[in-house]
Amino acid sequence: MNGMLNQYEVGDFFDEMFSAPGEVRPHYKLLAERFAAMDDEEFKRKGLLAENSYRSQGITFTVYSGDEGTERIFPFDLIPRIIPSGEWEILERGLTQRLTALNCFLDDIYHDQRILKEKIIPEELVLGAKNFRPEMCGFSPPGGVYIHICGTDLIRDREGMYTVLEDNARCPSGVSYVMENRQAMKRVFPNLFSKYNVRRVDRYAQDLLTTLRQAAPHGNPDPTVVLLTPGVFNSAYYEHSFLARSMGIEIVTGTDLVVQNDQVFMKTTAGLKKVDVIYRRIDDDFIDPIVFRKDSVLGVPGIMGAYRAGNVALANAIGTGVADDKVTYYYVPKMIKFYLGEDPILPNVETFLTSETSARNYVLENLSKLVVKAANESGGYGMLIGPHATQKEIETFRTAIQADPRGYIGQPVINLSRSPSFCDGQVEGRHIDLRPYILSGEKVSIIPGGLTRVAMRKGSLVVNSSQGGGSKDTWVLKPESPGSKPTTTDTSRSDGQKQNQQQTNP
Amino acid sequence: MLSRVADSCLWLSRYVERAESAARILDVNMQLILDFEDQSSDLPQAPWKPVLDVLEQRAAFEKKEDEITPESVMEYLTFDRTNPNAIVSCVAYARENARTVREQISSEMWEQINRTHLYLRDGLGRAAFEESPIDFYRHLVDLLHGFQGTTDATMIHGDGWDFIQLGKYLERADSISRVLDIKYHLLLPGPAPVGGHVDITQWMAVLRSCSAMEAYLKINVGRVTGPQVAEFLILHDEFPRAIRFCVDQLDAALHRISGCEASHFSNEAERLCGNLRSRLNYTTIEEVFQGGLHEFLDHTQLELIKITNAFTQKYLQWKEE
Repeated sequence: MNGMLNQYEVGDFFDEMFSAPGEVRPHYKLLAERFAAMDDEEFKRKGLLAENSYRSQGITFTVYSGDEGTERIFPFDLIPRIIPSGEWEILERGLTQRLTALNCFLDDIYHDQRILKEKIIPEELVLGAKNFRPEMCGFSPPGGVYIHICGTDLIRDREGMYTVLEDNARCPSGVSYVMENRQAMKRVFPNLFSKYNVRRVDRYAQDLLTTLRQAAPHGNPDPTVVLLTPGVFNSAYYEHSFLARSMGIEIVTGTDLVVQNDQVFMKTTAGLKKVDVIYRRIDDDFIDPIVFRKDSVLGVPGIMGAYRAGNVALANAIGTGVADDKVTYYYVPKMIKFYLGEDPILPNVETFLTSETSARNYVLENLSKLVVKAANESGGYGMLIGPHATQKEIETFRTAIQADPRGYIGQPVINLSRSPSFCDGQVEGRHIDLRPYILSGEKVSIIPGGLTRVAMRKGSLVVNSSQGGGSKDTWVLKPESPGSKPTTTDTSRSDGQKQNQQQTNP
Repeated sequence: MLSRVADSCLWLSRYVERAESAARILDVNMQLILDFEDQSSDLPQAPWKPVLDVLEQRAAFEKKEDEITPESVMEYLTFDRTNPNAIVSCVAYARENARTVREQISSEMWEQINRTHLYLRDGLGRAAFEESPIDFYRHLVDLLHGFQGTTDATMIHGDGWDFIQLGKYLERADSISRVLDIKYHLLLPGPAPVGGHVDITQWMAVLRSCSAMEAYLKINVGRVTGPQVAEFLILHDEFPRAIRFCVDQLDAALHRISGCEASHFSNEAERLCGNLRSRLNYTTIEEVFQGGLHEFLDHTQLELIKITNAFTQKYLQWKEE
């Protein structure tokens, strides 16, 4: 091993590229050879090339600190994350299973509530959840789908086992970077792509549009679909605009829409035009000031009326937040069993519900060793990482948990897998996760890969962009690609179930 | 097309045109001063006052700065972000409008305006300015022309493009009329004899401020006089920086948007625009001067405002029902 990778320290973690110091995993061999021929300077130059193209294209997100929002580039790491085809097949099956169960769950709790009646999940945990929407009870969204777009975060533990960390079933973001990262990589390393058989990600926009069209009320074959954004000051505005552009649909703000006679219209230069499907990137709370938060200026007064009258479809449906509540998360494996009669293909992280006395005592006694998360926060906010926290932070969480046991969960600290990343002029291991994007229409579809987020700060376990995270391109290989079948597990395959577990546990 | 989007297209275009015309006026003025320095003229700082007047910035400037110096005026009109009409602000607003309609305009357009914005904001532009203001302003004009060229070459010539044309030609007609109005008044009662060297130099500056020097000379070979310059900039029907040309383009864009037949009108904006257009089509420069140049330009500006209000009401504004 020479060039940039020769100083690389694998460390006491699962490393995506190295099985041991100096031992490159088979699916990374070609990449390692290519990088070995490059020096730091060349790599830095390529990094600048990519960065400049992001900046001039204005691919930015907005960070708010104090009063002033600043546009930043989402840091991009040039070393791709590679997933062999065998691993991906299992992830795909596991995520499809999970999403199918989550959609069943939402349909159930807003109708018969069988899962509550049969005491699989304690009633008060669901009905008392902050994002449970009584307004949705008895209402069936067009097509029966609730979560049309889901971003489920996966991590790999010390042994390399893929585990679900959380589901983002409200307005998951980041998918535009999947496509932009791929564009950047093609520009910077054109030759590598011809050697690896990397599966394409550029069909996402078309898949999304298909999913949205399938959600149209009354099976309308030619619906008008729009994307509803909070506006240009939203941190994900770039993505909203990117998706609208890629689908060829209008991007609208709340003030562009008006509700008349339970129908939604947009205000155009040619008069009012009826809207059938709204891909909304605004949370439930803000979407209709008549029904939800009265102070919202982002939403559309009356839109809930139009929705409940069945004249417009919203994606995702109202009330999906109860499914990505971190307390609900604990029960997803039970849901899979309950609705589908199957064993979960992808496991959860071990989780302690502080609403249960014994688990709460355990969490309170071990705050300095655990991760504690607020049940309804996202984006890396409202989180305590015990081993990295100050005593004061720990005490703040202790008080908070005691005051609102339902509002928190505890989990053991998981040392996410690491991937070589180019930081501060050299290649070092950084922790990563993976967010695939799952679309549910008439069937479930997932673009191969997803967003690999990188905790760019040394030692950090937080990958969120608002907390200094970056991203890298994610390559899912075709079966015929070099090194695509993980050789470490080939020998131990026997039956189907075992094979699944083995492959997710290399 | 969404009314909000149409509005952003229009303002995107207006701000680009506004920044470009300010950059050109500053460039021309720099050169004018260099010309006078050669002749140890009696106009030390005077040329900077009309620049402030033409850009309607005199009052705001005087509130902020004590003294009119070339440096203070250029700074205020170019880089001062507290000035909403400074070039840097116009470009930032143009970009902000572009950002809200990114899915409607082409990526090339977005990248061009974004590059221009970054050039002004990130110090590269400042460094070029310190090196040579004239080169800086020219480069800036090039960048902004690049935006207009890219717009024509890469954007669908549909509604969005038509609103961009509206913004561009409204702003341009307005700017030409202000340059003429102020320069003309400044020049006529001036100390320099009409037809004298200073007079000709100043009229040439007016032409240059409108990028019209070469075009003018092709038509009026070798003679630069006030009335001829005014005629060219007001009544020429083929020069893209003549008021008549701009109003013709406005009229055409309005008709494309409504789909109404040419020479007819289907709304108030079209009626007003057709009215103004026929006034420009069927008048002579002699008539203009008989009624007073200032009065004529003033009337034209008022008509442009009425047209703007009329199509804003028709296409861009939605009253709550």
